Amino acid sequence: MKGKASSVAQPIAGADGNRVDLQHGRTPGNHENPMAGSAGWASRLPGHRGLARIACTMVQPLLTRTVRKIARNHTSLFARLGPYREADFLIDPVELPFALHLRPDPDNLTFCAVPRDAAPPVTATIQGPFMLLLQLIDADEDGDAAFFSRALTITGDTEAVVRLRNALDDVDGSIAEETAGLFGRPGQAILKRLRRSYHTENTGI
Amino acid sequence: MSLAELICPAGTPAALRTAVDAGADAVYCGVQDATNARNFPGLNFTVEELTEAVAYAHTHGTKVLLALNTYPPAGKVDLWRQAADTGARIGVDAFIVADMGVADYIARTHPQVRLHLSVQAAASSPEAIRYYCENFGVKRVVLPRILTIPEIREIRKEIPCEIETFIFGNHGLMVEGRCSLTNYLTGQSTNMDGVCSPASDVEYIRDEATGEMSSCLGGFTIDRFGPQEMAGYPTICKGRYTAPHRPEGYYAFEEPVSLNLSRLLPELIGAGVHAFKIEGRQRSKSYVRNVVRAFRQAVDDIRAGREANIADLVALTEGQKQTMGAFETKKWR
Repeated sequence: MKGKASSVAQPIAGADGNRVDLQHGRTPGNHENPMAGSAGWASRLPGHRGLARIACTMVQPLLTRTVRKIARNHTSLFARLGPYREADFLIDPVELPFALHLRPDPDNLTFCAVPRDAAPPVTATIQGPFMLLLQLIDADEDGDAAFFSRALTITGDTEAVVRLRNALDDVDGSIAEETAGLFGRPGQAILKRLRRSYHTENTGI
Repeated sequence: MSLAELICPAGTPAALRTAVDAGADAVYCGVQDATNARNFPGLNFTVEELTEAVAYAHTHGTKVLLALNTYPPAGKVDLWRQAADTGARIGVDAFIVADMGVADYIARTHPQVRLHLSVQAAASSPEAIRYYCENFGVKRVVLPRILTIPEIREIRKEIPCEIETFIFGNHGLMVEGRCSLTNYLTGQSTNMDGVCSPASDVEYIRDEATGEMSSCLGGFTIDRFGPQEMAGYPTICKGRYTAPHRPEGYYAFEEPVSLNLSRLLPELIGAGVHAFKIEGRQRSKSYVRNVVRAFRQAVDDIRAGREANIADLVALTEGQKQTMGAFETKKWR
């Protein structure tokens, strides 16, 4: 690539003792990421802390039912997680007023809504738009492509994230539809509407 | 016209079923250890899963190729032999091998199972390919991604086996099967442990203030992406570095870019390529479904004498960029 770096290089030490520098900053010819800068807007709203706590309380029964059903229906998922069954994940849908704490331990399953400022220490964090995360869980979107596009951000223990991704990707069927099915036709209608809206937003169709 | 078989990746049983349902002629996969070059956490098949996967594929008329495409370190060849024995027992249709010792074991012990020579063997001359054919009965060679189509056509005339070429996916370094960059930083070998940039050594660091993301391997920062810049895999070969002659920083080896030969399929078939390979056992079912469907349609169109209508796959490419690499011109990079 012939693009010139727009900012100063940060030197690091190479393993052979030589200096290995890298440039950073935006390079001409790269695509725009429409999702950039959208993260965490809800946390900037006035009174967001109270809102987050109320929202967490409201959604918790749904989360508990959802995760128990998924664990019951997809037991093979846990084998791919290996030792990371006891890891703590923070799944952070950027538009929602809260994040989700997941510990996929079949003996002590945890899936809780938590205000971002009260999130526990976690092994890894996965952050992105809510519908993208939902599409990834259902393997309707490709995680690597979402990462390349910068719509998806992961931090912390990368192996934990890779294991979770591979475990979820091996699930047949739709976890989102199973969840929606818990709430009968209204749940299915809401999911259908969300998906239609997401599709239109991404394809213009 | 060659058959133009579509060879598709699967990292999990669900991905294998997805590939089969999307129209794969054959699916390649690996078991959960160092015997294959995608030995990633949570990926690949247990013996039980592979047994069921082979049954599913065969029921639908699809072949299963077992990748044993890494090199056994001294004294550890039993793992590769056991995987070969397992594959033969459950009826895989071919083994994809790189190491001569593994090829020799399979040729002697399981002569009824086809041997395909992996791209990891880096056999790019008629002499090298013929050596594998004559000594181990190799039936197909997966060519390294360094050859132009006229060169492939010439090679085809001089070898007694089928040719498979990659047509889509990750675009690796040019002397394949010889890369030691990961080993250099992490101590783990791409070619012997099956891990290029092991996830346990990868870390992404996001600067909340600027939105920049650093991509690190083994404690070394290998690239930093601006807040709106497309990213690539955390591999050293696709890192950005400065050097005395390039103080502004540059991709010293490769860029984050994927191979896409959808426009060259007719020429590849004309050159005698027997099978088209899609890279990406580490990718999701979504990737498998979309890429396999697109190339299934394209290959069927070509075989029917129609102009291929290739779906746009750029959203699935690394860095959202694609190249035809050396297949189009030797001037590439």
